[in-house]
Amino acid sequence: MSKQAKPPKPDELAKSIDYKPPKTNWMETPVEFKPGTYCYGARPKYLEAVEMPNPREWSPADEDWKLPENWKEIVLEGMQDRLGKYRSYKLFMDICVRCGACADKCHFFIGSGDPKNMPVLRAELMRSVYRKYFTTGGKFFGKAAGARELTEDVIKEWWYYYYQCTECRRCSVFCPYGIDTAEITIMGRELTNLLGLQTDWIGGPVANCYHKGNHLGLEPHTIQSNIEMMCDDIEEITGIRIEPTFNRKGAEILFVTPSGDLFGLPGVYTCMGYLMLFHELGLDYTWSTYASEGGNFGFFTSNEMAKKLHYKIYAEAKRLGVKWILGGECGHMWRLVHQYLNTWWGPPDFLEVPKSPITGTVFEHAKSTKMVHVAEFTADLIRHGKIKLDPSRNDHLKVTFHDSCNTSRGMGIFEEPRYVLKHVVNHFYEMPENTIREKTFCCGSGSGLNAGENMELRMRGGFPRANAVRYVNEKYGVNMLANICAIDRAALTTLMQYWVPEVDVCGLHELVGNALVMTGEKKRTMDLRLEPLPGVEEEEEEE
Amino acid sequence: MPTFTRTMGLRGLLKENRERILNNWFEAIINTYPEETVKFLKNTKDKFHNPVGQTIKEGIEGILNELIGEGETDKITPFLDRIIRVRAIQDFTPSEAVAFIFKLKEIVRAELNSQALQNEELRWFDNKIDELALKTFDIYMSCREKIYELRATELRNWTYKLLERANLLAEGEDNFKIK
Repeated sequence: MSKQAKPPKPDELAKSIDYKPPKTNWMETPVEFKPGTYCYGARPKYLEAVEMPNPREWSPADEDWKLPENWKEIVLEGMQDRLGKYRSYKLFMDICVRCGACADKCHFFIGSGDPKNMPVLRAELMRSVYRKYFTTGGKFFGKAAGARELTEDVIKEWWYYYYQCTECRRCSVFCPYGIDTAEITIMGRELTNLLGLQTDWIGGPVANCYHKGNHLGLEPHTIQSNIEMMCDDIEEITGIRIEPTFNRKGAEILFVTPSGDLFGLPGVYTCMGYLMLFHELGLDYTWSTYASEGGNFGFFTSNEMAKKLHYKIYAEAKRLGVKWILGGECGHMWRLVHQYLNTWWGPPDFLEVPKSPITGTVFEHAKSTKMVHVAEFTADLIRHGKIKLDPSRNDHLKVTFHDSCNTSRGMGIFEEPRYVLKHVVNHFYEMPENTIREKTFCCGSGSGLNAGENMELRMRGGFPRANAVRYVNEKYGVNMLANICAIDRAALTTLMQYWVPEVDVCGLHELVGNALVMTGEKKRTMDLRLEPLPGVEEEEEEE
Repeated sequence: MPTFTRTMGLRGLLKENRERILNNWFEAIINTYPEETVKFLKNTKDKFHNPVGQTIKEGIEGILNELIGEGETDKITPFLDRIIRVRAIQDFTPSEAVAFIFKLKEIVRAELNSQALQNEELRWFDNKIDELALKTFDIYMSCREKIYELRATELRNWTYKLLERANLLAEGEDNFKIK
């Protein structure tokens, strides 16, 4: 909690007197769009693909955003509608007492020093409009009651700052009232989307997901051949040929992971880890080329869009007739499963309570969602001694673990990945306590902010996380940052290259794949990145 | 050691006034941030909670300590890098991002009675700061170039397997072998 502000001392007061004109109040300071801090506006084809309003060419740096003529009416009606629909939104607009406990907890505030990134002030951008149009005090007393008119400048300010929040919810951990500022950002994005103010980086994946099932719009044969290419690499490393199945009806389990694991670096190595593990277990599972994306950028657009895109996973489970769903290392997919699924549809009645066919463990906690996290699944295997591991193959790595915001704060997964890590590596070091678990610092690129054009912004937002990594790098020689989220794998790799280039990034199951002793495998001389395993070559030379 | 004799008076004074110089220098840098942020950057001591403030603090301490010592530019560079790496991605123009090094001249002159120093010593100090200022340009540019490089690399990583499948990646020894 923040300390109470102390009154200034006399000499401090004297120093503060100067003759410069006062700075403008935050309400009257319009946003300046500096390159590097904002994402590009969505191309019209993406909005048209999902029938979102006001498709047109536009750029946030333009003076004229080409808003619909009745834009003000649209926003105010949108607010009215949501205030009626979502009790949390109404509550969060009303109850903040501006205690400041959240003010310095946001990674964007900490990294940028921009006061409008204090969660309390970011929320105030919208509360001030709420007061003006929806409260008696605000209507009568205006600015004196903290209220202000809705203008085009305000819309620009909302847009700028609601796309400088990764919805990570770290601030909400510290709020004594339990206000979830991420929900205010979510509303800010919903309202601006009513005017066609989508970003290109979110709009593209949404449109592709809606039509093809994944962010890049990959078609079934591409997905299948990508996975088969990984199987070629696995064969080179282990001598074992894996033949996974696709869209197989009657499989016991459907496996769904973010598409970043299917074609991006370093995600593909994590995917190879899954393939090896499931093969070794002889798991009766299938991939789907339709439910080919765990990620859901609809969540960064609107509640309706999130709902629309999320259901494909369950629809596919139903079509294939599987018993339950196993989910890969993804971030926001899990937040949607854990916090939204049952509100949208209630527990799916066509699936069974997940039960591990290997250990017999019934995953009671997934009774309503029917979906188990792969870290939980693997931790259970290790707990029951069902897989053989040789952690010494990861001995060249000193590993630390980044808790992804969505799986940690969004669903409480803290111990399972750590339990797995401690069995697959010999050198594991935690980052400082106030930067991990529920207080974890965001990668700075979540909620659709992992575009290229806003790189400076991402480096600011990710600085608190990188700073903690640098500490364990300097203190213990940590050289690998493990995590369980696809956006983390991509974004932290970039973040490390800027702040701590000595540290690389990997998924948990890449390390599992390295350590996994497979039946009939040849002697491992390479890791999953096809790089020589340190020590092995020298050994061979000696032999 | 000739350098030692020449700058002993200056270094002695820097050492004696170290805390005051650091405080003033820190304050001058922190005051380049918005008013509402200054209190947080100044008063939050936890280096994980306040990485910007603490990085600046540790950076300027490192620079001043080296100036009190041998004053070798190579040893000072890593401390400059830490500070500039932060300011290169914040809301500053290039000149605002690196101006902090010139502030030290001003602060040292205000703190030390320049009468007590020989002209030669002051000249050494001024030259040193100018030399470090040139270094700051190099560091600032390398940070900015890194940002552009990261944008390009990330795009390639994002679709790595697709590019590989389409034979669009020209790297690795295999690409140079005649098949």
